[in-house]
Amino acid sequence: MTQLALFLVLAAIAVAAAVSLILQRHPIHSALSLVVVMVALAGLYLLLDAEFVAAVQIIVYAGAIMVLFVFVIMLLNAGTEERTNLSRAAHYAGIPLAALLLVGLAYTVTRAATPIVAQPTPKDATRQLSMLLFRDLAFPFELTSVLILIAMVGALVLAKRDE
Amino acid sequence: MVPISYYLALSAVLFGLGVLGFVFKRNIITIFMAIELMLNAVNLAFVAFSRALGQLQGQVFVFFVIVVAAAEAAVGLGIVILIARNRQSLNVERVNLLKL
Amino acid sequence: MNGLFAQYPILLVSLVKIAVLLFILLTALAYIVWFERKVAAHIQSRVGPYRVGPHGLLQPAADGLKFLMKEDMTPAGADRFVYSLAPILAMTLALTTIAMIPFGPATITIFGQPTQLVVANVNVGLLVIFAITAISVYGVALAGWSSNNKYSLLGGLRSSAQMVSYELSLTMSVVGVLLLAGTFNLSEIIQAQSGFSWHFLPHWNLFNPTLPQVLGFFCYFMAAIAETNRLPFDLAEAESELVAGYHTEYSSFRFAMFFMAEYAAMITVACLATILFFGGWLSPFPLGPLSYWTRYLPTALFAAGGIALVLHGLRYRTALGRVTLPVVGLALCALGAACARPGIIDVIQGPFWFLAKVFVILFVYVWVRWTLPRFRYDQLMGIGWKLLLPLTLFNVVITSFAVVARK
Repeated sequence: MTQLALFLVLAAIAVAAAVSLILQRHPIHSALSLVVVMVALAGLYLLLDAEFVAAVQIIVYAGAIMVLFVFVIMLLNAGTEERTNLSRAAHYAGIPLAALLLVGLAYTVTRAATPIVAQPTPKDATRQLSMLLFRDLAFPFELTSVLILIAMVGALVLAKRDE
Repeated sequence: MVPISYYLALSAVLFGLGVLGFVFKRNIITIFMAIELMLNAVNLAFVAFSRALGQLQGQVFVFFVIVVAAAEAAVGLGIVILIARNRQSLNVERVNLLKL
Repeated sequence: MNGLFAQYPILLVSLVKIAVLLFILLTALAYIVWFERKVAAHIQSRVGPYRVGPHGLLQPAADGLKFLMKEDMTPAGADRFVYSLAPILAMTLALTTIAMIPFGPATITIFGQPTQLVVANVNVGLLVIFAITAISVYGVALAGWSSNNKYSLLGGLRSSAQMVSYELSLTMSVVGVLLLAGTFNLSEIIQAQSGFSWHFLPHWNLFNPTLPQVLGFFCYFMAAIAETNRLPFDLAEAESELVAGYHTEYSSFRFAMFFMAEYAAMITVACLATILFFGGWLSPFPLGPLSYWTRYLPTALFAAGGIALVLHGLRYRTALGRVTLPVVGLALCALGAACARPGIIDVIQGPFWFLAKVFVILFVYVWVRWTLPRFRYDQLMGIGWKLLLPLTLFNVVITSFAVVARK
């Protein structure tokens, strides 16, 4: 019962923040809304007994990647978006069609999912997760570290000024 | 106990909102953030299924998605900085020439 | 409401613990500022706050009143929502990390419910503390940007870049401790440090028999000072460099919130250092038949302090001091007597040693601030990436080898 209440609260926060991301005019406010979405999702991961993934989501995603976004917005001095003159039809038909898209997506996904009984979680999930990551999937893990190295070098080369 | 289909519905709604943001916004950085929202929605679906099936592969894949999102954000924002320097604007409608 | 509390008694117990902890924390924050000013003064051969109340003890109250009474301005052209959000974010996040810190092993009973001396004993407690530290970077960056002032923006960007860089070294320097303890749970990390080698050297992670974590502690302490933006790493908010950095445009209570957030982060980092490297609430004396008297050390300390305060207070300069100081001294003596009673003496051992160690670490923090000159920004970033990060990685490698060789 408390789980359902917590789920509804966190889901409402996540959806409200996602809507706010689309509706805000200044990119900094969109970035802050995205941070709220990520923190709400971390709460949902905690509800799903994935505590390590929740912590990693906040440390890496909300605490480093979004900080990068915020830095770039501040450095580029991004201002508010200009108002375009969309046609009236797009304005009045767009929103109901968008709502229809969302509802249709949600309905299709939930209808297609076969009813699965949730298994009880193991007590030392972090230890099993690390065994999986460092023993069975060690090669993809090392590949991701090479990927990050490539991305670092690429970002440095791209953002350098030619002088 | 919350049924897994609720989590999947939430994931679908967040993904749809990400698509909407991607299509309708004109600031490059906001479009990028909509892409990150889509990735987050997919992560939620992975973790929900990992819980439902009792396997931890779903959570491992979430790690990889987060790592790839980090790498993509770094390189993508580097490209955004270059575009902003060259076109003096962050509006995607201005980046419509093949020649910079 | 009563039905909710009857069904979930843990809610009421948690509320009581949170209220007590917040009260103690906020008082401690105010008096750490007093402590720092006194220590700074004595290092610089002067006296410090001396007039507001006996020995300047009412100075924090006067400062608090000053902060509340000042005019609260918002700069023109500032983004109002983000300008108000930044100090709130900084302060709430800094105060939340204390919830994960365990103060003692004993189980006390509140409202008939047995409970531990920690507000939230999360299984991944250490990771949650690091996660909250990661998000508190936003408070600094947003404060700098939303003030519509180029010095604030520069200061905010520099501060947050510094915090993000040293966060990596902070997290990696702790991995050695995690390898030795095998868990993220803070109470279990402390339990893994119990025991004594050669009957007198405690098994704290600093003197660990597998591998003494001296390098880990050194890297952690340096990364922690840089993370909390204190000297010698405080170029981003030093007066002669950037006016006041990211909190230039903040006045009155908003500035007080940033101030409190900085000291709360200092307390959190000191508590973490105690837990991870100094054995937390474990006593440095083994509990053998010879050293049973060490259980009465809290009593002895409080009683001695109380008597000294009474004797000093009776001959104080001002009349107010001649009344209040002896009263405080008598209260300390009563506290010491209470600590000797059989019910309380077991409960008080853990928190006493914990707070004593935190106090020593905070003293070193303040001492370092008023003794060393500050680093230039490029030197600072060079230390973070080129010195501390390789050192912490090296620490992880040798600790893993030591752990495997032990097995």
